[in-house]
Amino acid sequence: MASGPSGRLRQSAEALAIPVGALGAAMVVFGLVMAALGRSPLEVYELIYQGAFASAFSWQNTLTRAAPLILTALCVALPAQAGLMVIGGEGALVLGGLAAAVVGHLLGGAPPLGVKLAMALAGMLAGAVWIALAGALRQYRGVNETISSLLLGYIAIAVFNHLVEGPLRDPASLNKPSTTPIGDASMVGTLPGLDVHWGLGFGLVFCLVTYVLVKHTTYGFALRIVGGNARAARLAGLPVGAIVLGACVLGGAAAGLAGMVEVAAVHGSANASLIAGYGYAGILVAFIARQNPLAIVPVAVLVGGISASGGMLQRRLDLPDATVLVLQGIAFMLILASETVYGRLKIFRPERA
Amino acid sequence: MSDPIGRREVLKRLGVAGALGALAPYGPRSAQAADKLVVGVIYVGPRDDYGYNQAQAQAAAAMKKLPGVSVVEQEKVPETTDVQKTMGSMIEQDGATLLFPTSYGYFDPHMLKMAEKYPKVRFAHCGGLWTDGKHPKNTGSYFGYIDECQYLNGIVAGHTSKSKKLGFIAAKPIPQVLRNINAFTLGARSVDSKITTLLVITGDWALPVKEAEAANSLVDQGVDVLTCHVDSPKVVVETAERRGISVCGYHANQSALAPKGYLTGAEWNWVTPYTIHIQDAIAGKPMVNFMRGGLKEGFVRASGYGKAVVEGARKNADTVKAQMLKGEYVIFKGPLRDNTGKTVIASGTAFKQTEPLLEQMNYLTEGVIGKV
Repeated sequence: MASGPSGRLRQSAEALAIPVGALGAAMVVFGLVMAALGRSPLEVYELIYQGAFASAFSWQNTLTRAAPLILTALCVALPAQAGLMVIGGEGALVLGGLAAAVVGHLLGGAPPLGVKLAMALAGMLAGAVWIALAGALRQYRGVNETISSLLLGYIAIAVFNHLVEGPLRDPASLNKPSTTPIGDASMVGTLPGLDVHWGLGFGLVFCLVTYVLVKHTTYGFALRIVGGNARAARLAGLPVGAIVLGACVLGGAAAGLAGMVEVAAVHGSANASLIAGYGYAGILVAFIARQNPLAIVPVAVLVGGISASGGMLQRRLDLPDATVLVLQGIAFMLILASETVYGRLKIFRPERA
Repeated sequence: MSDPIGRREVLKRLGVAGALGALAPYGPRSAQAADKLVVGVIYVGPRDDYGYNQAQAQAAAAMKKLPGVSVVEQEKVPETTDVQKTMGSMIEQDGATLLFPTSYGYFDPHMLKMAEKYPKVRFAHCGGLWTDGKHPKNTGSYFGYIDECQYLNGIVAGHTSKSKKLGFIAAKPIPQVLRNINAFTLGARSVDSKITTLLVITGDWALPVKEAEAANSLVDQGVDVLTCHVDSPKVVVETAERRGISVCGYHANQSALAPKGYLTGAEWNWVTPYTIHIQDAIAGKPMVNFMRGGLKEGFVRASGYGKAVVEGARKNADTVKAQMLKGEYVIFKGPLRDNTGKTVIASGTAFKQTEPLLEQMNYLTEGVIGKV
């Protein structure tokens, strides 16, 4: 094991250089694909840069797309610390959004700050309960949480659609069934000086707090022990059930908060637009970030940037939307494959005394 | 005309053009020349879906041929902040000044928000209910009375069906869809009042697997003419062909998918509203905020008749179409009952196509077997 400050530095350098190298390799491969299609790779690179990072506008475009992914990725990364593969964040997101919309409407007219807080709490609670359900099924009934969370996600979407198009539908929403709007006063605005909504701020704070929680608290230590070997943790006298459920609650709360943001910062009510696949995209982000809450932020920005530049490629080069999926696919396959390189490169190996 | 441009000016412009030309290989290709109207078109699904998005893309393709117009397009844009940023990108990065956000869900809040932010850009939305005094003047909605073509579909289907059972696969029970189901059924029952329409609602705009299941189950129940209102009718049309029954198309022309069973279809002709908006933008005229039209105005059209259409059907449909083209035919008139027996349009009342109540339809007419 690497030890001492220079060893830690080497480790960090390795953790940075390998994914960045993989990303560079992905760009080369993607350039070759583009060249095979008769497009100039240099022009493609330039457009990707322009679309995602070249100007204040493109940065805000990228960050807006990254915001929901940060929160939904946490819904995967936090239970993963306890060894659970939860992939049902989409369900927690839509139910969180629905709960926020209902609470926002019921409390309409109350002081806006209170309404917003209540909406955030309602969203987080709904998401937390939903993912905790998958955690409890696994913990106390031995049901595989990957499958159960996926299926619970479908149930959540069905319940959501039923309520939005049925009992909770605003009769004034004719061609797009929605719940009653929460009203302008209860809307959450944009970050100061930016055209990016508060979802980004919430996501950053959530990542930071959970990073500290996981890496620097006794709960986090216990959590990682459970994730490493639940049986050993139980033998050591740790309350495994509570710890696992705690991780699920936190993860679900993050996805539920993402739903609340969609309602309170974007749509103003709950409707089918909430089912946009953010929950599923978050799975990818969490895996690329190797389930590290802090690494989620740059990865989400990368995914947001690729998606922002996808529009540019479509508009300027008349490429189909699938182009960006090809780029994303190549990039993530190579980043995941590059994990095999860890510990094998000489320059990152500590010198032996 | 204008005074001649001086030699110095010409040289200057040539110099700039030359410099830009020299730089061009290094920089990205700009979407437009400075004096062109840049039009941005945004689709919610793939442009080649044989359906809703393809109908819009066909108009966009026609617009590319207009002089002084350049078109930028983006497909599969969800109704989230994505579409706001896509509109913003078209304006900021491509210089677009006229946008066609074509999906219903783009209207509120996304397009309205961007219209507030970019008051000089025109936003022409497909299907939205633009309301004077409530929505900004740089926004507008265009839509077509496609129920006219659905009524014609119904007439042809009514003549073709032997089992007297028609099938309709619909995405969601919302006014635009209900109006089509009802018009189709009324058209068919104008031929034979014993005809019924079996309705299946799938729940969303693009669910190919459910649509195929619904199509097969309707055929199994004895339906011999099928039609639909989903984003891409491809699966429904192909399934009908495979099962050997007739089918009426929707959104775009799907006759290539069912050479044997395709009767006719209700198609959009978005070239008309696109052209009006583009011409107004070029001329600097204020935009038409609320634009509607049917067969007469050239907003919709019927697909050419397929091989399976019998002579009587052709004649009957053509007669009604001729009246519609003159603007004389009324589809929704009293007495009209819904399928629970309640009177929804009183005797003596006739709703013109422009009637706002029709855009709030919430019932299924007599003869439709199904529930809202």
